[in-house]
Amino acid sequence: MNFFALLGRAFLKFIYDSGGIFLFFFKTLFYTFSPPYRIKLFIKQMEFIGVKSWLVVSLTALFSGMVTAYQVNHALAKFGGQSVLGGVVALTLTRELGPVLTAIMVVARAGSAITAEIGSMRITEQIDALKIMAVNPIQYLMVPRLWASVIVVPLLTGMADIIGIAGGYGVAVFLLNIDPGILLARMEDMVELIDILSGILKSIFFGAFLVTVCGYKGYNASGGAEGVGRATTEAVVISSVGILISDYILTTIFF
Amino acid sequence: MIEIKGLRKSFNGLEVLKGVNLTIPADKITFIMGQSGTGKSVLIKHIVGLIKPDSGEIWFEGKDLTKLSERELQKVRRKIGFLFQEGALFDSMTVGENVAFPLIEHFKLSKKEIAEKVRELLSAVELLEFKDKYPSELSGGMKKRAALARTLALQPQVVLFDEPTTGLDPILQITILDLIKGLKERYHLTCVIISHDVTLAFKFADYIAFLHQGIILKEGTPEEIKESSDPFVQKFIKSALI
Ligand SMILES: Nc1ncnc2c1ncn2[C@@H]1O[C@H](COP(=O)(O)OP(=O)(O)O)[C@@H](O)[C@H]1O
Ligand SMILES: [Mg+2]
Repeated sequence: MNFFALLGRAFLKFIYDSGGIFLFFFKTLFYTFSPPYRIKLFIKQMEFIGVKSWLVVSLTALFSGMVTAYQVNHALAKFGGQSVLGGVVALTLTRELGPVLTAIMVVARAGSAITAEIGSMRITEQIDALKIMAVNPIQYLMVPRLWASVIVVPLLTGMADIIGIAGGYGVAVFLLNIDPGILLARMEDMVELIDILSGILKSIFFGAFLVTVCGYKGYNASGGAEGVGRATTEAVVISSVGILISDYILTTIFF
Repeated sequence: MIEIKGLRKSFNGLEVLKGVNLTIPADKITFIMGQSGTGKSVLIKHIVGLIKPDSGEIWFEGKDLTKLSERELQKVRRKIGFLFQEGALFDSMTVGENVAFPLIEHFKLSKKEIAEKVRELLSAVELLEFKDKYPSELSGGMKKRAALARTLALQPQVVLFDEPTTGLDPILQITILDLIKGLKERYHLTCVIISHDVTLAFKFADYIAFLHQGIILKEGTPEEIKESSDPFVQKFIKSALI
């Protein structure tokens, strides 16, 4: 009985949150087209998300590319097909690892910071102060962040793809002694435009998704500093799990 | 000026306001008094539409504010300023930027004009030398004064003060209220001040209303309040004299 009550409550909360997040997203979208257009804040947010995330994204991409090359080589060695290694690494990165890992790292660095910042603005009544001064808080806080994220996350993903492939290439050529000429030729054969495009499309979706979830959780924070901490944890968990689930759905749609 | 009629509000089944009726006179200083947690903040937040009532009306300039859309409310909010208990300054901006914020948002002014206006407002609250400090570097009283300057930037007709003196030392309390009184004369403001300090109320109020258990228990001029026979009001007054 208690278990089912708990399950029911969790389910209701999920429905409630999903509805709230959808509405929040559409409000942000709607206010995008009403002036004033906050170009300066938009640029500032792009810088914020980029500066916060680029280093972890690079490191993650580099080591993922390297370890993927290693593992793929191990699997392929049994059949002697190591020449396709470059292609497999590139596909894995552009289609899956690049967009997913980048988005999750952006959640961890910039997304959590966004929840904490907006959440503390909520509990110290700064959001109410915006309203009082006849400034729409969603328009002021969320519109610049949404578009900044939608642009910066794909850019970071492109960067992660390149760094990851370079890492894989390095491992393949210098550690596994695979011929670089064949490696690159095969990579070119195997990777098509749709592979790269699908990854970028995913990352655009992830960018919008993660910033909406993180913003929503901050915007609706309550219960003092502790509440902001709780909101931040929830935002990171929901965004990360959401990214992984929607990645699967998007992949089945694209291919 | 502002007429509140039958205002009711519950939170999660707990009825905080149980039919508040109150008329706030124009160009006067009205004190709203009552114990902590009785709903004084909730009451004045209704006036600026931060909280929607369950029922009741709030009339201002011929309009019922509780029926306005968010867009229409924005126009009203430029006329009614609100000073939050903790100031609610934007902590990502300096004091000067905080004061400039409403000016940038709502007036088409040049950079120079804005800078001038910020100087004028900050001198009015005696904070000019703290223009480039961040809110985290200010004391509680300074934050309140900075927030006051920001509120005045929109040239409101009415300013609602949520406990402007709570948590300040007695000298600072008087300073803040003198400041409010001076600004009221200078800018012709209608002021609503939340407080639980009876002494201050008798010194500064033109009109006093007691909020108790969800209704306005007693209202009137300080003289009328002093002569009230209501036991709660008497208890409240006596507590200040101990
Ligand atoms: N947003 C809210 N949600 C739920 N309860 C609230 C909310 N705002 C105020 N309350 C409750 O309303 C009551 C009155 O609060 P408040 O107006 O802040 O009192 P005060 O007179 O000290 O300003 C308190 O019991 C408080 O817990
Ligand atoms: Mg209060």
